[in-house]
Amino acid sequence: MQWLRKIARGLAAPVLLLTVWQGVCAAGWVTPQALPSPYSVGCKWLEYLLPTQTYNPAAQSWWIWALSGELLQDAGGSLWRVVLGFLVGFVLALPLGLLMGANARLREFANPLIQVLRPIPPIAYIPLAILWFGLGNPPAVFLIALGAFFPVLMNTIAGVSQVDSIYLRAARNLGASHSRIFIKVILPAAMPFILSGVRIGIGTSFLVVIVAEMIAVNNGLGYRILEAREYFWTDKIIAGMFSIGLIGLAIDLGMDRLNKHLLRWHRGM
Amino acid sequence: MKAALEFQSIAQSFTTHNSNIQVLESVDLTIQEGEFVCLLGPSGCGKSTLLNAAAGFVTPTQGQVRFRDNLITGPSPERGMVFQEYALFPWMSVEDNVAFGLEARGESKDVIKPRVADLLAKLRLTEFATRWPRDLSGGMRQRVAIARVLALDPPCLLMDEPFGALDALTRRSLQDELLQLWSELGKTVLFVTHSIEEAILLADRIVVMTHRPGKIKKDCHVTLPRPRDPSDPAFNALKQEMGQLVMAEQHAFENAERLSFTAD
Repeated sequence: MQWLRKIARGLAAPVLLLTVWQGVCAAGWVTPQALPSPYSVGCKWLEYLLPTQTYNPAAQSWWIWALSGELLQDAGGSLWRVVLGFLVGFVLALPLGLLMGANARLREFANPLIQVLRPIPPIAYIPLAILWFGLGNPPAVFLIALGAFFPVLMNTIAGVSQVDSIYLRAARNLGASHSRIFIKVILPAAMPFILSGVRIGIGTSFLVVIVAEMIAVNNGLGYRILEAREYFWTDKIIAGMFSIGLIGLAIDLGMDRLNKHLLRWHRGM
Repeated sequence: MKAALEFQSIAQSFTTHNSNIQVLESVDLTIQEGEFVCLLGPSGCGKSTLLNAAAGFVTPTQGQVRFRDNLITGPSPERGMVFQEYALFPWMSVEDNVAFGLEARGESKDVIKPRVADLLAKLRLTEFATRWPRDLSGGMRQRVAIARVLALDPPCLLMDEPFGALDALTRRSLQDELLQLWSELGKTVLFVTHSIEEAILLADRIVVMTHRPGKIKKDCHVTLPRPRDPSDPAFNALKQEMGQLVMAEQHAFENAERLSFTAD
């Protein structure tokens, strides 16, 4: 009963919004082109989600057919770019962050450069990205990697350089070598910071993928939203936006579980 | 008797942004094998600095610290350190904390497992083996920290106000357990405290230190028979005598603090 009440309470605000929205549309206060009703957005979303062709067992397997809807193809494309771009950014940022966090001289050397580059939004690199990588996936992945790189880097540096020195003294006293201290002490001690950098990095990646698709790529959710605007398919624009929200929510829930697992030793968890 | 730990004319000063603070001045102290020595003094008398020099965490500005005739140049598991803040690794379970030093030494699983189980049993921690340190009370955490250090069987224990953060009852039972372990294992112990009663209860020998710069003010053997009883008149007489020595230094500390405050 407790969980039922909790769900009901969580649904209250969305239901209220949808009701008001539907009411406004039904009363004819806005044109469907400016704001279609939630019902028609829902219909469009289903249409967007479901396969366009009828199922033909001879031509393809059921799974491929079921996933052939435009929305799933677009979402798959966007997700793939996010994953790839994020991984590139993460794989570059993590070791550099670990090194910079552990080595004060390297930090002093690289910090001014990083502080100048960091505030430049990845979106500002779009012209350069297109000049360097042309159109298609490469510039998108480059921009996403850039978006993920700095949050992961900054948080890793902060995490490593703020490890409580008492853990280091205890580990040295127990005879641990430098490499053992790094892997068994510094890395886990910095993990809460690193994970929050990962979380911010994934958020930025999502932001960047939509913009990159609007400019440099011919599929994905960002592309589809912009395409729908060209045809004044407002319902499809909103359906696409809603899909982005759902995917973001799913990724955040996944991150939350990963966090809870990796930081299960942590006080706040 | 053989000397275990030797402090030879130790001086220590730290430079802060605009001043030079003399923390220790010509400290000579020899601790025998198997002896239980308490360093007693007010805050800022350099007793923890002396302990850190013995641990190898700091190098004295002057003089040297030797352990079994060897010059101390860095930390080593032969001088196991127990911190007031426990310093357990919060991301490791209790048993992994205790196994940490053995793993660092490259012992095999067959050696580590029984040794850890044995220590956990000895410190009455067996049922907490797989718990996180955050689930444990302060007294339990300090037991884990002691087990972690004992795992490597160090000949010498360095303890920096290990029971300072515990409530009075937990403190008493840990003091008893420590004495039990000490008499069983025969380790050399250097124990820093600012509790006079704790020092008299535990030590073979109490070294009272002066306020900054820290020097040895008095070095006396405690001849009361063990187990010691804090309600014993002889215990109280010694407590009073020590109290006067330490309080004189405490007043010096407070005056210095007041002076530096008005100077700012």
